Amino acid sequence: MTCLPAQTEKKLGLVIDLDTCVGCQACVTACKEWNTGGHMAPLTDIDPYGGRVDGVWFNRVHSYEHTTEQGGRTVNFPRSCLHCERPACVTVCPTGASYKRASDGIVLVDENKCIGCKLCSWACPYGAREFDMDVGVMKKCTLCVDRIYNDNLATEDRVPACVAACPTSARHFGDLGDPASAISHLVEERGGVELMPELGYQPTNKYLPPRARTERAAKVDAPALEPIRADGGFLGWIDRMLSN
Amino acid sequence: MHPAYSVVFFTTATGAGYGLLALLGVLGGLGLIAPEFWLGLVGMALSLGLIAAGLLSSTGHLGRPERAWRAFSQWRSSWLSREGVAAVATFIPAGLFGIGWVLMGKSGGWVAIVGLMAAAGGVVTVCATGMIYASLKPIAQWHSRYTLPAYLIFSAMTGGLLLNGLLRSFGAGSTAVLAGALLATLAGWGWKLATWHYNDRLEIPTTANTATGLAGGTVRSIEWPHTEENYLLKEMGFRIARKHSAKLRRMTQVLAFAVPAILLVIAFALPWPFAAAASLLAALMQFAGMLVERWLFFAEAKHTVTLYYGR
Repeated sequence: MTCLPAQTEKKLGLVIDLDTCVGCQACVTACKEWNTGGHMAPLTDIDPYGGRVDGVWFNRVHSYEHTTEQGGRTVNFPRSCLHCERPACVTVCPTGASYKRASDGIVLVDENKCIGCKLCSWACPYGAREFDMDVGVMKKCTLCVDRIYNDNLATEDRVPACVAACPTSARHFGDLGDPASAISHLVEERGGVELMPELGYQPTNKYLPPRARTERAAKVDAPALEPIRADGGFLGWIDRMLSN
Repeated sequence: MHPAYSVVFFTTATGAGYGLLALLGVLGGLGLIAPEFWLGLVGMALSLGLIAAGLLSSTGHLGRPERAWRAFSQWRSSWLSREGVAAVATFIPAGLFGIGWVLMGKSGGWVAIVGLMAAAGGVVTVCATGMIYASLKPIAQWHSRYTLPAYLIFSAMTGGLLLNGLLRSFGAGSTAVLAGALLATLAGWGWKLATWHYNDRLEIPTTANTATGLAGGTVRSIEWPHTEENYLLKEMGFRIARKHSAKLRRMTQVLAFAVPAILLVIAFALPWPFAAAASLLAALMQFAGMLVERWLFFAEAKHTVTLYYGR
């Protein structure tokens, strides 16, 4: 049923650190690589080498310029499914293809039931769901259900592909429903926030805002550049000759 | 929002079809429109035809239309599912009403009961259609108190003009039906103007700041994650209408409200064949105008995901 579970045993999700994300897109490619062979495979690409490239991705990294009174800074912003506690994408689904698991809170799509009406993608304010035009069904982040419970993988690899790939550890995975978990502590410590809290979707994933600026950094004054002036005389003649 | 032609036609056609069905069910069932075979046959064929064509058209935007039957299962949570269930369920009393009123030439009694049930089914279906849009929080222009009444008013209005055109064509013109159609058209006009007025002054609390969790100051998109338009931008980032919206709004007002209202007044003053022609023309023009209105309803709606793209 597309009715939501009253509560879930766990609230598995991600915490993304906007302070340390460098926008390298490693999580994007790792996600695509894993999931195009995973639970929701394939992540179809349309015209991948042509002029009108299109395709399904579960994770997209935007870049923003955030300007405040303290100055401006570039913020790289990974955007993926937030596995909300009140996901309207699930309740609007007319077929029961979309569901939220009572065990761990992961929001999934049963591809065999999806009729491709796209209403769930309209109901998601975050743009987490992408339609596969080739297969005719909706696709979305699975929080790598086929990794995190996978006994064939080493314990340390049982995390979503995006988390495993992040070279700056800007992505963290864990149970946000457990206040004692490392990831919950991280959210508390760094003042993690929800996206679009005013819409009431209660996203499980949290974002850690960039740390406040400090004045501790060393001042590096670059030396003035030397003027570029053509030398005259014999050396100037040599310079011109060798430059030819 | 991208205005898919199948959905634009679907909502307009079923709105008019259920409006006409509800009016026939109530007025015919209670005997206010006397049972008459050809009038009844054309009227029921028109209303059920519009509904069926609309429902078929709505499957046109599905990725997997062969699984459409699954959409009847989640009526407990989904307005789309409720719409499907109500739409199909309405065919039962509508069919029985057609048998009683058109084929058997009866009104009152059980024909009145199934007529009223068909009317109720029509109203419920149109409500469900309206709620599909009104319940979507990411689209502020739809998630408002104007959306549901608009669907009901426009359904009554387009259905009323069809009924008036039908009655006038069969020489069974009724001043009350004509007056009702005119009033509904003026009400629809007023409601649409009020909706635009409201939407143009919307203060949406969701901004690029709340979308990214970056508090204070300005958040400017400097780089997209992709170079070409993706599904999100094609489906939710439609922008053409904003460029032409003033022109399209004028076109809607002329086609859907002003000209039909004038034609209805003319129909009131003229004798039979001319009154019928003016009434039919009014219904046709209004249907065309409502297609423009529905196109704009989609095209002017702005989804929160566009904030991530700086649009």
